[in-house]
Amino acid sequence: MTDNEVEIMDDKKIEELSEIARQSRVWIIKSLTESKSGHPGGSLSSCDILTYLYFHAMNVDPQNPHDPDRDRLILSKGHCAPALYTSLALKGFFPKEDLLSLRKLGSKLQGHPDARKVPGVDASTGSLGQGLSIANGIALAGKLDGKDYTVYSIIGDGETEEGQIWEAAMTAVHYQLDNVIAFLDYNHLQIDGRIEDVKSNGNFANRFKSFGWHVIEIDGHDLHAIDEAVRAAKREKEAPTMIIAHTIKGKGVKFMEGIADWHGKAPSKDQALEAIQLLGEKWEGN
Amino acid sequence: MQKKATRDAYGQALVELGRKYDNIVVLDADLSKSTKTEHFAKEFPERFFQMGIAEQDMMATAAGLAFSGKVAFASTFAIFATGRAFEQIRNSICYPAVSVKICATHAGLTVGEDGGSHQSVEDIAIMRAVPNMTVIVPADGVSTEKALTAIYEHEGPVYLRLGRPAVPVIYDEDYEFKIGKATKLKEGQDAAIIATGIMVSLAIDAARMLKEEGLSVQVWDMSTIKPLDIEAVKIAAKTGAIVTAEEHSVIGGLGGAVAEALAKNSPCHMGFVGVEDTFGESGTPAELMEKYNLTAESIKSKVRETISKKSSC
Repeated sequence: MTDNEVEIMDDKKIEELSEIARQSRVWIIKSLTESKSGHPGGSLSSCDILTYLYFHAMNVDPQNPHDPDRDRLILSKGHCAPALYTSLALKGFFPKEDLLSLRKLGSKLQGHPDARKVPGVDASTGSLGQGLSIANGIALAGKLDGKDYTVYSIIGDGETEEGQIWEAAMTAVHYQLDNVIAFLDYNHLQIDGRIEDVKSNGNFANRFKSFGWHVIEIDGHDLHAIDEAVRAAKREKEAPTMIIAHTIKGKGVKFMEGIADWHGKAPSKDQALEAIQLLGEKWEGN
Repeated sequence: MQKKATRDAYGQALVELGRKYDNIVVLDADLSKSTKTEHFAKEFPERFFQMGIAEQDMMATAAGLAFSGKVAFASTFAIFATGRAFEQIRNSICYPAVSVKICATHAGLTVGEDGGSHQSVEDIAIMRAVPNMTVIVPADGVSTEKALTAIYEHEGPVYLRLGRPAVPVIYDEDYEFKIGKATKLKEGQDAAIIATGIMVSLAIDAARMLKEEGLSVQVWDMSTIKPLDIEAVKIAAKTGAIVTAEEHSVIGGLGGAVAEALAKNSPCHMGFVGVEDTFGESGTPAELMEKYNLTAESIKSKVRETISKKSSC
């Protein structure tokens, strides 16, 4: 096995990752409830992907967050920071209790990821459309330096309405960035409603294919499917891979699932208690 | 008089720098022949990234390269760098304070015939307002070359403003450039001209003419607009009359920066030579400089006007 290969995932591993994903969802709810603001919908829809990446695929070391050989993750849809922070905390980059300082004055956990403040955050993102370009830049540097790290990126479905995503899509193909593996978190909802109603997006798979990307479509909550897609992406040479992950906004918390209103609204204390109960835990609260 | 465009000096100095440091990478958005990054591209093709007509993508890609330990020089025209890609510069470059050096050419009215759509007269104001950004406007070829080494050595984002036409060479090869340090080019007691970019040589001409008319006028090259050399402004303020000169709007650029410093430290009478809150138009660079009052003659009258206010106090 070379450094950039992913270990085989057996049933035991899948069970382990499912449990981490469940805990992540609990922490996402807790941190958003404490901050009284933030984005639960997309955080929950991208949670399984992030869990898979940080706890299985990515070569990262919490003790050495700036290791030049590490794999990177650029969360282009930066508003889903709570999911990223939770993965990083559970992985050991910083204490879990820090998650409760989300969005509070003086906290390192800004509303959107700040690479200067949070160990493990590879780029500052939040203004939509820019992260895929940043991922390309890191991938270009990797090629130039002969390093075999992989640059993962997660973009939103609504985010593709930003023209820069398509500029970056061209760049990744032009420079044959097979070290870029991107996920499109296709949860079908953006702030103002269904993405099909806000602005027709056509067929994502066909669009990225026509740009020259290697495209895979999966259920973004199926850890086994995520694993197979990443393995296929790693086998692909000379083209970047876009994994179109069909997801459910608010996944895991029944009353949030598929509701656009939960894009950028924190749950009340009562709603949080219910959500955490739905996730199989009890929260004593603070 | 020897003349050289600052963009030409940039293109040559970039190659020299590339030979010295292998962590330098260069990006351009389909204007490498005009911005002169083509020389670097020719010598170091593997370290040059052609980004096509996509300035926003270029800036954020440059940020990614900088996040990975590279010093990224990104070039295009000033209007597209600071206009089209403003928010990428702000959020992907300045917010995380990564080492991307935005070296923008064709700044100001002297773009010439391309007209008002391409003449950036607000780029200094825009770039100066962003936290973590350093803003440098060299006056000639020599200072451009020297500035480039300083920019490379400086950690973090830099905006370097360069011009299209050939301009007089002011400095000798032994000139030392320091970020944040203005250069006093002429001594004088009656007034001080603080100029930047291509207006520096015109400021020298204006001071010479005024000397013939019996006035002794200080001349400063304010090559760094941010951080501004406050000490230089304080010294200039001792004359009681300051005139700023820039090929940029009178709003928010060098004049604005100097006025802010004066208001905070040592208020004195002030006059502004620059573009008067208007867009440019097509014409030769010389015709435009004349029409928009960016001449030694206009600096001279502004100095006289400002000096006259001293006596009215």
